[in-house]
Amino acid sequence: MQQANFKTSVDLAAAVSEGDRAALAAALNLLDDQRASVRSKAAELLAQLQLTQEFPDKHLVGITGPPGAGKSTLCAALISVWRKRGLRVGVLAVDPSSPISGGAFLGDRLRMQTSYEDDGVFVRSLSSRGQFGGLSAEVWPMSVVMLAGFDIVLIETVGVGQREADIARLCDTTCYVAQPGSGDSVQFLKAGILEVPHILVVNKEDMGDVARRTLAELRAALNREHPDGDWEVPVLPTSATKNAGVETLADVIHQHHNTLKAQQKLVPRRRRYQTYWIHKRLQEEFGSFGIEQLGGEQLLLTQLEENEVDLLQHYESLRVHLNKS
Amino acid sequence: MSQDTAKRDRPWLMRTYSGHSSAQASNQLYRTNLSRGQTGLSVAFDLPTQTGYDSDHPLARGEVGKVGVPINHIGDMEALFDQIPLDQMNTSMTINATAPWLLALYVAVAERQGVDPSTLQGTTQNDVLKEYLSRGTYIYPPAPSVRLTTDLIAYTVANIPKWNPTNVCSYHLQEAGATPTQELAYALSTAIAILDAVKASGQVSQDCFHDVFGRISFFVNAGIRFVEETCKLRAFGRMWDELAQQRYGIENPKQRRFRYGVQVNSLGLTESQPENNVQRIVLEMLAVTLSKSSRARAIQLPAWNEALGLPRPWDQQWALRMQQVLALETDLLEYGDLFEGSHVVERKVQELISGAREEMSRVESQGGLVACIETGYVKSELVRSHTLRMRNIESGELQIIGVNCFQETAESPLTAGEESGIMKVDKKAEEEQIASLRSFRLNREHSRVEQALELLRTAATNGNNIMPPSIECARAGVTTGEWSEVLREVFGEYRAPTGIDITPLSESESEALVIVRERVRNTGKELGRPLRLLIGKPGLDGHSNGAEQIAVKARDAGFEIVYEGIRLTPAQIARAAQEEGVHLIGLSILSGSHMELIDDIFIELKNIGAADIPVVIGGIIPEEDAEHLLQNGLKAVFTPKDMDMNSIMDAMVTIIRQAHGLETST
Ligand code: B12
Ligand SMILES: Nc1nc2c(ncn2[C@@H]2O[C@H](COP(=O)(O)OP(=O)(O)OP(=O)(O)O)[C@@H](O)[C@H]2O)c(=O)[nH]1
Ligand SMILES: [Mg+2]
Repeated sequence: MQQANFKTSVDLAAAVSEGDRAALAAALNLLDDQRASVRSKAAELLAQLQLTQEFPDKHLVGITGPPGAGKSTLCAALISVWRKRGLRVGVLAVDPSSPISGGAFLGDRLRMQTSYEDDGVFVRSLSSRGQFGGLSAEVWPMSVVMLAGFDIVLIETVGVGQREADIARLCDTTCYVAQPGSGDSVQFLKAGILEVPHILVVNKEDMGDVARRTLAELRAALNREHPDGDWEVPVLPTSATKNAGVETLADVIHQHHNTLKAQQKLVPRRRRYQTYWIHKRLQEEFGSFGIEQLGGEQLLLTQLEENEVDLLQHYESLRVHLNKS
Repeated sequence: MSQDTAKRDRPWLMRTYSGHSSAQASNQLYRTNLSRGQTGLSVAFDLPTQTGYDSDHPLARGEVGKVGVPINHIGDMEALFDQIPLDQMNTSMTINATAPWLLALYVAVAERQGVDPSTLQGTTQNDVLKEYLSRGTYIYPPAPSVRLTTDLIAYTVANIPKWNPTNVCSYHLQEAGATPTQELAYALSTAIAILDAVKASGQVSQDCFHDVFGRISFFVNAGIRFVEETCKLRAFGRMWDELAQQRYGIENPKQRRFRYGVQVNSLGLTESQPENNVQRIVLEMLAVTLSKSSRARAIQLPAWNEALGLPRPWDQQWALRMQQVLALETDLLEYGDLFEGSHVVERKVQELISGAREEMSRVESQGGLVACIETGYVKSELVRSHTLRMRNIESGELQIIGVNCFQETAESPLTAGEESGIMKVDKKAEEEQIASLRSFRLNREHSRVEQALELLRTAATNGNNIMPPSIECARAGVTTGEWSEVLREVFGEYRAPTGIDITPLSESESEALVIVRERVRNTGKELGRPLRLLIGKPGLDGHSNGAEQIAVKARDAGFEIVYEGIRLTPAQIARAAQEEGVHLIGLSILSGSHMELIDDIFIELKNIGAADIPVVIGGIIPEEDAEHLLQNGLKAVFTPKDMDMNSIMDAMVTIIRQAHGLETST
């Protein structure tokens, strides 16, 4: 919708980068579009954004955890902290959809409402659309586009398993929100089902003893060093409804960002992740046959990782190549 | 004469729920109704007054004086009761979130009339919990709302002893789809939540607590299954008595009596062949009058044209006459209880009681009603029941005459004529009200207003009873918006769970649904992504049933749904539609403010560069308005006549296809 207002992908990309809301909406619609005929346009748009090496000061933050843990409410609380600090926030909220009808209620938005008169916040919901466990492949390009227009891009997803692993491959910082009183989080962590997040949050601390117990259990269960190295995983209590601990959480999220930057890890990690998603998307669009045409998975991945040019541009040229052949 | 007929019972209180345009116009109406034999007043306030906004607030646009009377300050309240001596009146006020404020104004007017406030008689509805579940005029989060409720109760029990401070409502629950069992369970759980809160507040002594219990009354619904409804009222009486003794240790049988007023069911009143509503109303009235031992204390009836729009004085008179014929012409009031000793009735009563007990313990085990409102449990249960009802109407299992059977009809003379059978609110009413409000504001003593508001803020913050400072605010000339705003600042605002997130019912897999789902899916494929629908409720309208049912149906048909609940501004709706990239905006408006609100939405969409998103509307939209709207770019209008929701889904797909230049024959 409204793509017509932005004649070329150059115009659209420019408008998105300037924070134009209509352009961002149009870009997200475009990236969400599954039609083969539109994919090229989408790739063109991404290529125009030239993000890969840029925007180290912008931050991709993932919020994940079990259903009902208070993720959306916590996002709302974080958003208002960030807004007060003058940061612009884009949100991607992923809701599960019904496997039978394909229909979905995009319910996170309801809990996230902040001020509607505020141009510094933009929320787009997505349904997981029957992807087995994983995050729908659109989330990645959408997060890229949002990063162009906002200081922080926040991504909410439910759950553990593939989806949670995917979100870890999408964001600079992942926060896992645990539900007090549910031993699941501890079990998952111990069993290694849960990828270790950068920050662990026990929300609903206003519930009292149960929350304190879960907090203690998680602190005990967690090997505090993150596998990425050089980061101690903090376990923080918050109450999203009572707005407690949220400032601290925002500070710690910021700290992690700074640490990544200081350790020169941010950009290389984003590149690594983008490689993963580009592969995933090419595979989705052109099948194994397409990947073979590019010389096979191994070669492709190595190529992408070594590539010094803009990844998104490279992605586009791979697509053009495949479409021609 | 048999012993039974020796003494004719006194008729119940007959009321007509009314109010519109302005305090002056409503005062006229009340005086006419009283002169026609009506025996009590039942005040309908407009939505801004109910939700704590002055008539000139942007959110009040189009709503002023529409579904009730606007009351902004003591001047309005004084005009409303002009020449109606309050010491002789029994006044029922349907007011909830702002109940302490409206009672404060009533007290202040009594003072001005020279009436001793302690002699006042009447009722404030003051049951805010059902607002979150059905009625929608809540403002603050549940906890501070319950606190306001208890403050009013504690105050009146001590200072206005004949006042009914709280009317626990099951009426609205049935209107939102509740079954009789749910009505019993949730209303009684509401009473428990309120009584426990009064106890916990420490504002009343143990002695006085008995009086509190004795002053709690109920506002109940009576649906078309009138035998079951009679049984429900017997069940209510017994369960209340049991609760009184077991939970609260009330010994005095008089204080344990289940006292209730009634408005009969309106959800089942139809737009098609509206004359049939008269039969429905009369039958429903029987449910609450036939049995002497559980007879209603007060009754108000909807009018035959309920589903068309607001009733005119003549329509209300007709409804009043129904009651008078039953009470005064028939022999009903000459007999004792007609059902005593009936095994059939007894069995049904027992069945209802045990079902209700089960549900009540489910609520209790989840932390009580307030917790179950916050988690959305009860709301989802209501949405589920309503969805089931709608499915049964669709399948024909539940027959509704004139709607899903016997649809042929001769033309009705009732809806002919210029006003098409409904009340039209004077368009100038809003302007005049705003003008009078502004001049009132200029002519008050500002320092006194400021001081009164400061007292209010202090009480709100430190937990002192809210009534005394509210009464001072009333005297000082504070406005409804100012009173509410101070409390908004202290308590914050709330958005209740929508309840639509229910698992699909197996009943919903009809063939028609499967067909439309296929079309939704295919159209989504053609457009590159799943079809996305935003359901929006702009304005102050709290009627959420239609939006909820459309949302559930559309989800089951394969749409992705964005629905954020009631009371959004046109700007919020337009922005959400753009952010979420929806293919269609579906508005639901039943309050009568559709003309103004749709204008605003079109303007907002245009402002943000999203004017290409097609918009449809559903709700109470008179035919001539519909024509006008369609000419102005609205794509479709759905009304209660469009009961077949699968066809609505299909029509929405067609509109989306049209908007994208796709073939519409597939
Ligand atoms: C149930 C009801 C209530 C319930 C609402 C419960 C709830 N949570 O929804 C309760 C008891 C709480 C209530 C309260 C009030 N009500 Co009322 N209520 C009704 C009633 C009886 C039925 C409405 C209903 O739910 N129908 C069932 C649903 C499924 O139907 P529907 O909404 O019409 O939806 C269908 C179509 O219209 C369409 N549709 C609707 N929306 C959408 C959206 C989309 C996208 C699409 C595609 C289609 C679509 O599809 C649906 C399926 O067929 C109507 C009269 C009537 N019989 O219609 C009065 C009515 C709407 N109420 C009215 C009034 C005045 C009030 C009050 C304001 C009274 C007062 N002064 O306090 C209050 C306050 C409510 C508030 N906060 O706004 C008036 C409105 C007058 C007007 N428009 O001029 C009516 C018309 C009654 C009357 N004649 O006076 N009410
Ligand atoms: N007591 C308490 N309740 C909270 C808190 N945060 C959220 N909740 C409540 O928890 C429920 C779920 O909150 P959401 O924010 O929707 O949780 P979520 O994790 O986003 O849920 P899904 O997206 O459905 O998985 C709501 O009823 C919230 O009001 C908190 O800090 N304390
Ligand atoms: Mg959520």
